[in-house]
Amino acid sequence: MTTRGLDDLLRGHPFFAGLDTAAIELVAGCAHNVHWAPGERIFSDGEPADTFYVLRDGRVALEIHDPAGGGVVIDTLDGGDVLGWSWLVPPYRWFGDGRAVIATSAVALDGACLRGKCDEDPRLGYALLTKVTGVMYERLQATRVRLLDLYGGGRGAHVG
Amino acid sequence: MALTSADAAARVASFPMVPGRARVLDRRVETADTVTLTVEPIDQPLHVVPGQFTMLGVPGAGEAPLSVSGGGTTAGDPVLHTVRDVGGVTHLLASAAVGDLLTVRGPYGTGWAAGDGVGRELVVVAGGIGLAPLRPVLRGAVADSARFDRVALLYGARSPSDVLYAAEVEQWRAAGVEVEVTVDYATPGWPGRVGLVTALLGRAVRDPARTLALVCGPEVMMRLVAARLVAAGVPAERVRVSLERNMHCGVGLCGHCQLRELFLCVDGPVLPWSRVGDLLSVREL
Repeated sequence: MTTRGLDDLLRGHPFFAGLDTAAIELVAGCAHNVHWAPGERIFSDGEPADTFYVLRDGRVALEIHDPAGGGVVIDTLDGGDVLGWSWLVPPYRWFGDGRAVIATSAVALDGACLRGKCDEDPRLGYALLTKVTGVMYERLQATRVRLLDLYGGGRGAHVG
Repeated sequence: MALTSADAAARVASFPMVPGRARVLDRRVETADTVTLTVEPIDQPLHVVPGQFTMLGVPGAGEAPLSVSGGGTTAGDPVLHTVRDVGGVTHLLASAAVGDLLTVRGPYGTGWAAGDGVGRELVVVAGGIGLAPLRPVLRGAVADSARFDRVALLYGARSPSDVLYAAEVEQWRAAGVEVEVTVDYATPGWPGRVGLVTALLGRAVRDPARTLALVCGPEVMMRLVAARLVAAGVPAERVRVSLERNMHCGVGLCGHCQLRELFLCVDGPVLPWSRVGDLLSVREL
């Protein structure tokens, strides 16, 4: 895959919508393609988070290991989603495990490389931080709603 | 003087709050706390529009507002109610046996009016038991798939074992409905999605201006879903939600289900987001 091809992949991904051509080219310089087989481990809890991924297709499960029950899936991500924000926040370590549920393709972005470019170009850094914060906000909101256990706990016979 | 069956039928027909009798023809266990009852109205046939509800009752115990989850589209058809065992009356209803006599009044309220989506994309978003009132819409869409350009079902459940109508959902998928199921709590071996149903919206809504979205589930979920749909460009009048506010009389008299100027038993339960979106953000209502 050429850098030009990665440019196109990133430009067509919802996460990078709105970034200008120069920014896309900078980001693509830190990118390469990856593929995972069903069941393949992508990262493990506590490992250095030096990469994040924009998923093209497939499905990834985020798990937390519970000694009593093994891996508990807390969330899944699909094509169009972004996997990982630990690369942006010290101490740059993964929280939980990531595993491909089915055959999955993604563009991997070198977090250390990107952090360096963000330091050099605060405009790019702000744009990326805004994007990542948007993803974090949506996931936090969804997690908070799930904490309500809306579908269980004796709620709602519901007329509807 | 004893009432005859003809007297009972006349009285039920004359007074919309007088319940008629209904016999349980079938009881199907859906999940650990939910069953679907097939009931045959005895005193008066029910002609139901998808989205409407009835007051189903146990003699001497009380009534509960329950959406119709199937049947009743032709007067005289048996009517299906999916009942979740969450309280006194619903426990008795969910425990009813084949042959038991229940009471029924209705049907009441507004329907989904899914016909407004003919020639458009139909996106159905359901959470938990909220799939029940949408099942007739999906059955209709599958039976006459040419009516819609595309049909998608996004369904959120608590866990894999709480997925309602699991076999039928797979039949819908096989019939061409784009089905996405997500759960809050996965169990080992679950290959599907985990997370809130809102995460599915981005991929499901492809042509917002030509989308009719029907949404039913817990109110918090519906608020989030409707807001995202409108933000994505779906016109607010074509985002429809089904609301519940302690329906009691069913005919707009008692006020138990009042939402400011609306009586949800007659003005609802199905209402466009353009009509209720602002009301649902008022805590006092």
